[in-house]
Amino acid sequence: MPASNTYESISSVTLSNNSTTVTFGSIPQTYTDLVLVIVAKITSGGLDMFVKINSDSGSNYSYTQLYGTGTSALSARASSQSIGIAGAVYASNDGVVINQFMNYSNTTTNKTWLTRINVAAATVSLITNLWRSTAAISSLELSSGNPAGTFTSGSTFSLYGIKAA
Amino acid sequence: MPNTFIKIATVTVGSSGAANIDFTNIPQTFTDLKLVFSTRIITGSQANIWYKFNNSTSSLSWRGLYGTGSAAGSNNGTTVGLLAGVTTAANDTASVFASGEIYIPNYTSSNNKSSAVDNVGENNATASTVYLVANLWSNTAAINQITLYSDYNFAQYSEATLYGITKA
Repeated sequence: MPASNTYESISSVTLSNNSTTVTFGSIPQTYTDLVLVIVAKITSGGLDMFVKINSDSGSNYSYTQLYGTGTSALSARASSQSIGIAGAVYASNDGVVINQFMNYSNTTTNKTWLTRINVAAATVSLITNLWRSTAAISSLELSSGNPAGTFTSGSTFSLYGIKAA
Repeated sequence: MPNTFIKIATVTVGSSGAANIDFTNIPQTFTDLKLVFSTRIITGSQANIWYKFNNSTSSLSWRGLYGTGSAAGSNNGTTVGLLAGVTTAANDTASVFASGEIYIPNYTSSNNKSSAVDNVGENNATASTVYLVANLWSNTAAINQITLYSDYNFAQYSEATLYGITKA
């Protein structure tokens, strides 16, 4: 059987200027899962990073979070939110965030994704997210608490697609 | 569409064991790296497994989140190495190896290097460990070497594979 590519780069963004949002639109529906890798900073402070799926601002998002502060393990949860969680981002702390959207193109089930936040100076976290919609995911809009959380130039956002056999 | 996830190298520990699992001369042609490992050490009980870039154990920090089966906790550190979690050991269930993966984005960039670890040290006993770790090497050099190590030598059949990922 000839080898076929199962992990492909869909799109990547490296900011050349500060920006309040980053959007991946017209996401191909030809994969089974998506992986979004983010290495970003903001202009001040530290904030949650948010994701709006298919431009939906309805109260359709919920999440459960397990996180470590460096001395304690804690958990938090929220439901009926108007936007989803896609990580955390800081002005002065380096980190990497990895989101995995499972079975994103099906039109039968609500969508879930996992978020791994890795900021060595601040937090390590695993979040399970839910978007209560059966629509296929076709766009992801990332923000960081606009306007306080403007992404800085040089931040990178990389979207990959994974194909099932 | 080009292949974006390519195996660079695999290291398998032989019958004599090994103090390190080492990847050198890492190509600078990808954007991200993923290191997947399966390890066991020849002495003692579950122990930390560490990694370092470019043979450097300075300017590093990590923050961990773990569960043991009966408790959850968080810890942090700045010495020894970047934390890859735990590895199983001689006193653990026979033939059980710890598993883990390390994701390293933008490894050739001129920024500090963050990396993420997911790890399990499963063991057929009362206690075992699952670990998530955020690591930072505050160094702007491109990564050309990755070394895994622990308190004791790695046992035969310990293995690690390094993959390169290219973004659009």
